Amino acid sequence: MSFFVETLVGGLLAGVMYSLVAIGFVLVFKASGVFNFAQGSMVLCAALTFVTLRDKGLDFWLAALITLSVMVALGIAVERVVLRPLVNRPQITLFMATLGVSFVIEGVAQIVMGASVHELDLGIVDTPIEIGGVQVSQFDLAAAGTAGLLVIALSIFFNKTRVGIALRAIADDPQAALSIGIRLQTLWQIVWGVAGFVSLIAGLLWGARQGVQFALTLVVLKALPVLIIGGFTSIAGAIVGGLIVGAGDSLAEIYLGSLLGGSVSTWFAYVLAVAFLLVRPAGLFGEAPIERI
Amino acid sequence: MSLLKRKRIITKAIGLAAVVLSAAVGAGASAEEAKTQYFPLATFRVGAYASSGIPVWAGEIDYFRYINEVEGGINGIKLVWDECETNWEVEKGVECYERVKAGKNGSPVPIFLPHGDPISKALTEKSVADKIPLVTIAYGRTEAIDGRVFPYSFPVVFSFWSEASSAVNFIAEKVGGKDKLKGLKIATVYHDSPYGKETQVPLAHLAKTYGFVDIQIPVPHPGNEQSAQWAKIRQLKPDWVFLRGWGVMTPVAIKTAAKVGFPVDHIIGGIWSGSEEDVRPAGAVAKGYLAITPFPAGANFEIHQKLKKHILDKGLSDLKDPKSFGSVYYNSGVDEAIVAVEAIRTAQAHFGVRPINGEEAQWGLEHLDLSEERLAEIGATGLQQPLKLSAKDHEGGGAGKVLQWDGEKWNVVSNGWVKSDRELLLPLIYERAAAYAREKGITPRDATN
Repeated sequence: MSFFVETLVGGLLAGVMYSLVAIGFVLVFKASGVFNFAQGSMVLCAALTFVTLRDKGLDFWLAALITLSVMVALGIAVERVVLRPLVNRPQITLFMATLGVSFVIEGVAQIVMGASVHELDLGIVDTPIEIGGVQVSQFDLAAAGTAGLLVIALSIFFNKTRVGIALRAIADDPQAALSIGIRLQTLWQIVWGVAGFVSLIAGLLWGARQGVQFALTLVVLKALPVLIIGGFTSIAGAIVGGLIVGAGDSLAEIYLGSLLGGSVSTWFAYVLAVAFLLVRPAGLFGEAPIERI
Repeated sequence: MSLLKRKRIITKAIGLAAVVLSAAVGAGASAEEAKTQYFPLATFRVGAYASSGIPVWAGEIDYFRYINEVEGGINGIKLVWDECETNWEVEKGVECYERVKAGKNGSPVPIFLPHGDPISKALTEKSVADKIPLVTIAYGRTEAIDGRVFPYSFPVVFSFWSEASSAVNFIAEKVGGKDKLKGLKIATVYHDSPYGKETQVPLAHLAKTYGFVDIQIPVPHPGNEQSAQWAKIRQLKPDWVFLRGWGVMTPVAIKTAAKVGFPVDHIIGGIWSGSEEDVRPAGAVAKGYLAITPFPAGANFEIHQKLKKHILDKGLSDLKDPKSFGSVYYNSGVDEAIVAVEAIRTAQAHFGVRPINGEEAQWGLEHLDLSEERLAEIGATGLQQPLKLSAKDHEGGGAGKVLQWDGEKWNVVSNGWVKSDRELLLPLIYERAAAYAREKGITPRDATN
């Protein structure tokens, strides 16, 4: 039994890590309806910028501040240079544009900062602790705590600030929001900037977990089923989706993988996602689009 | 004639003259180039695995440059090379091969280095049709050791089966002999791919022979989340873990092992889990981690002193990061270049001193004898193991050294080269090669030629 609980807890905590990446997708999608495929590259870019600055001898907080500035600038630049000229184009065009942006960020980041693998030490102890006979990773607990704080901060931002409320208005009805004088483009820039900040948090935690290397971009592959399950427009959904994917993956790997004689976690999350799509296409917390026909 | 027309005629005449002139220069260059030996390099300087590849090409190119600059080429035949980016992807690797296989400026391709296990497997049959040997050091199809069935595939030095066997023999060394292996639990945590599965058959065979318990745990690509796998390790409590990773899988495995409290000094990384790039991202918890490799790290080998003096200190090195000089991957590039150069030298001794083609290089490879004496002349004693290839044996070596990470660098902790049980595994390898021959309708070559 304790093995089952340990596997479950390990999976839930791993799922929170995927949620961190998924939140970046949700932010941009919620405000602009754009599925930002470049989110994984932004995570890589943030982590790579931070470790490059640290390698140059910069203090932790100064490096974090400069990286944050770079990420916000990158987010704003993507919005201004790529997405703004494509406003009112079909969704698939915007998606393809972010796909292109993803490759450009990856390529340029490697040219500017090199392709070497870096260690990223956040000073978080990574030895296991026992809670009620179950072994839990301290690092994963810290990551889960960070994700919790991030969700609280974003909830306050969206619900209690003027900018946040304006963003919600845009998400609900862009035309109505424009008609009352909300500056759509400025708010899009803000949301892309916030997505850059979330990329930094995700990049630091993922980078500390696996080293800063190109493979960071691949974490988006697990963020997709998280989004499908949780819903593309809900930050809370990203967290719940992450927990479901993490727990499902871990348990399936142990109990189903041994039956099938191979690894199942590459595709099991997508089985869950397809099942949710069939039952609840907008995801657990997503808003089903209602259109007048 | 109008001024405009005259201008057009003059422009065309200048253009024509330029074409004729460049063709003449080109022809001269072709004749000149034909006196050189062409080496196309399939490289991956961008993409997910670039960090692993970049030091490899540096080692390889630095050695080629050393041969040209210091020795004046292989018996006077200078080496030329160019790169083709594969991104470590099969389609691009095959495309590169097709692009370069005809040679360059009259200089044939003697050997193709695919630099990627899936690429090498995709090229197995093409290389036979084109008569271009594929040299795959420490990767590639293990049964290609049988050159009677695989005449143009050369998994030289250390196949995956030898890797597994040497790892088991190192464990035997640590526990006090092969008889002490009985009852031990050895878990292989492997990349869930054809590469990762390659050691399942030999490990099952060795487990049956020596009586240890063989546990196999797959990790899906890319391997950036392994909590389930290591929870299983914690549950099964193996005595040793043999880690066969690639890319991000290795540092994540080391970190996750630490999380579940598995002792890192009882994890033996395989060839592609045993570089500086694999352990540095794992940080302090990697201290004590072991790895088996045919490419021992270090910059104190004699050849490194020569490379430093003639290439690095003169600013001719391909190495961007000087810290990588003597790293596992850099040394793998040097090893690969040594094997390629010596195969050409062997072929030249038989066919004459001139650029060698693929068919001749195959002969050179099958008659390659890198003895202790020859390695000493090169300055590669301890870096490269002695090798003697034949049509029946395209591997030749079959031993690795075990390294241990001290937090800063690798140190050799095995008693020299740890040999694999080749005599035990070769019959199985030949059986598999024969099965491949039957499946593909291949009539094995006569190995006595």
